[in-house]
Amino acid sequence: MEVQAMATNIHFEDWLALTQLYSDYASAVDSGNWDLWPEFFTDDCVYRLQPRENHERGFPLATLSFTSKGMLRDRVYGIQETLFHDPYYQRHVVGAPIVRRAEPGRFECEANYAVFRTKLSEPSTVFNVGRYFDVVARTPDGLKFARRECIYDSEMIPNSIIYPI
Amino acid sequence: MSETSTVFPREAHWEGEGTHRIPFLVYTSEELYKRELERFFYKDHWCYVGLEAEVPNPGDYKRTVVGERSVILVRDADGSIKVVENVCAHRGMRFCRERNGNRKEFVCPYHQWSYTLKGDLQGVPFRRGVKQDGQVHGGMPADFKTSDHGLTKLKVATRGGVVFASFDPDVEPLEDYLGPTILGYFDRLFNGRKLKILGYNRQRIPGNWKLMQENIKDPYHPGLLHTWFVTFGLWRADNKSQLRMDERHRHAAMISTRGSGGKAEQVTQVSSFKESMQLHDPSFLDIVPEPWWGGPTAVMTTIFPSVIFQQQVNSVSTRHIQPNGHGSFDFVWTHFGFEDDSEEMTQRRLRQANLFGPAGFVSADDGEVIEFSQQAFESKPFHRTVAELGGREVENTEHMVTETLIRGMYRYWREVMEA
Repeated sequence: MEVQAMATNIHFEDWLALTQLYSDYASAVDSGNWDLWPEFFTDDCVYRLQPRENHERGFPLATLSFTSKGMLRDRVYGIQETLFHDPYYQRHVVGAPIVRRAEPGRFECEANYAVFRTKLSEPSTVFNVGRYFDVVARTPDGLKFARRECIYDSEMIPNSIIYPI
Repeated sequence: MSETSTVFPREAHWEGEGTHRIPFLVYTSEELYKRELERFFYKDHWCYVGLEAEVPNPGDYKRTVVGERSVILVRDADGSIKVVENVCAHRGMRFCRERNGNRKEFVCPYHQWSYTLKGDLQGVPFRRGVKQDGQVHGGMPADFKTSDHGLTKLKVATRGGVVFASFDPDVEPLEDYLGPTILGYFDRLFNGRKLKILGYNRQRIPGNWKLMQENIKDPYHPGLLHTWFVTFGLWRADNKSQLRMDERHRHAAMISTRGSGGKAEQVTQVSSFKESMQLHDPSFLDIVPEPWWGGPTAVMTTIFPSVIFQQQVNSVSTRHIQPNGHGSFDFVWTHFGFEDDSEEMTQRRLRQANLFGPAGFVSADDGEVIEFSQQAFESKPFHRTVAELGGREVENTEHMVTETLIRGMYRYWREVMEA
């Protein structure tokens, strides 16, 4: 992969807002309050959870591929009402974002993430590890993800992924 | 102290005639598992190894497995497909570490033994020894023949772009193995069009490998466990459907035609039916019928022991069962489309893929229920499951309110395992 430089034309206020966005997102998806999740996105957002293998080999298939905020809401309904699953806690540890490109009202960022899973009566385990590739848009309601791709290294999903990464 | 344990029996005990009560032990015994590998995966059977579209060019290879054994699917220089075992003939190393790539030859890095793509040994360093001070030191014995030390070559069968392999040189032809009925459903999906790989999903499910075969031989659960299926009419008990097996009952096809969905007596009196459920984004279910379907909107085909072929409306995939121990298997999904798909159709297949796979709206919970079944099996292996929906017989049916396909698979399992 081409090594890109970090954008340098970013103001402190923007940086603060960006890091706040990343922290808020991690906090929301770990909270168990799934209704918070779609609100981090624009209406015509793209959210993809994709194996690194597909990403690097140019295969379009994703484990989850959503192209609207409506789809994210449908996923939330699925988590709450339709997908039978073993309950678990998840805990995201997200690195500081690197801003690859800063334009007026738009940022391209990346960040490493690791998600730990804790099932009831079980020890915590590493669940999913990867990198976010994001496009963040400035909106009247603050910064939102116009695009969030979670490209995961983890070669095997430990059975299933139910909650949002 | 008694020699026989009532909780941890050594032999599987089948209650009654037939296979409608399945001992938990068949999912938990390491000894039975080893016998399954030997009798189903390594002898007399064809195992799925991949799609020709994964290795389009000469030298292209893909590493995969037959049972627990690592094999390489490769396209030879002449365009033919070969499958060789990933074990160096010298010191037994699994030499191929990349999952895919392109090679002119295979070389084991340990001592640089090199093989043709067919698996023939072509070079052994210092075979004739090393000359030093006018003397030849070492080297292989004079009677060492490279032709005796190739990679293990598997028998290969390809049909419609799908590749099967077998360690057994005497395995029957693939067409006979599938039998005419199942072959018909195979050819419906793989009708000669070139396939286009869309990508992979990989999950490790902590359950016995047979549970995944059974999951797709069980038309009872989809309209109960899977809200999406029952609510949107994709798969439920009042859909027009057929269940078909080959003569030996090892393979099966579940064929279903989507109804209108909505409320109906009986089948929607289940807690998973959600009458008022509306998608915020209905494009998940932007279903467009395709001419090759010939009627059914879903055909789920289980080819014993190693693969499931999925057609659920516009989503098509192969699901490769890769066992690793009696209590775990890897489940590898290869989604594909066809060469003549429009960009719109490709996008549609990808969108509908959200229903399937390790996070899918429908399939994610299949892995979960398998895990929790296995947990109970391990704790009380003397017990048994009950598979008596639709009776105790093994037969093709014109409805899906039956577990006959599971009984059929175990009839075959007993024939082979108890022989």
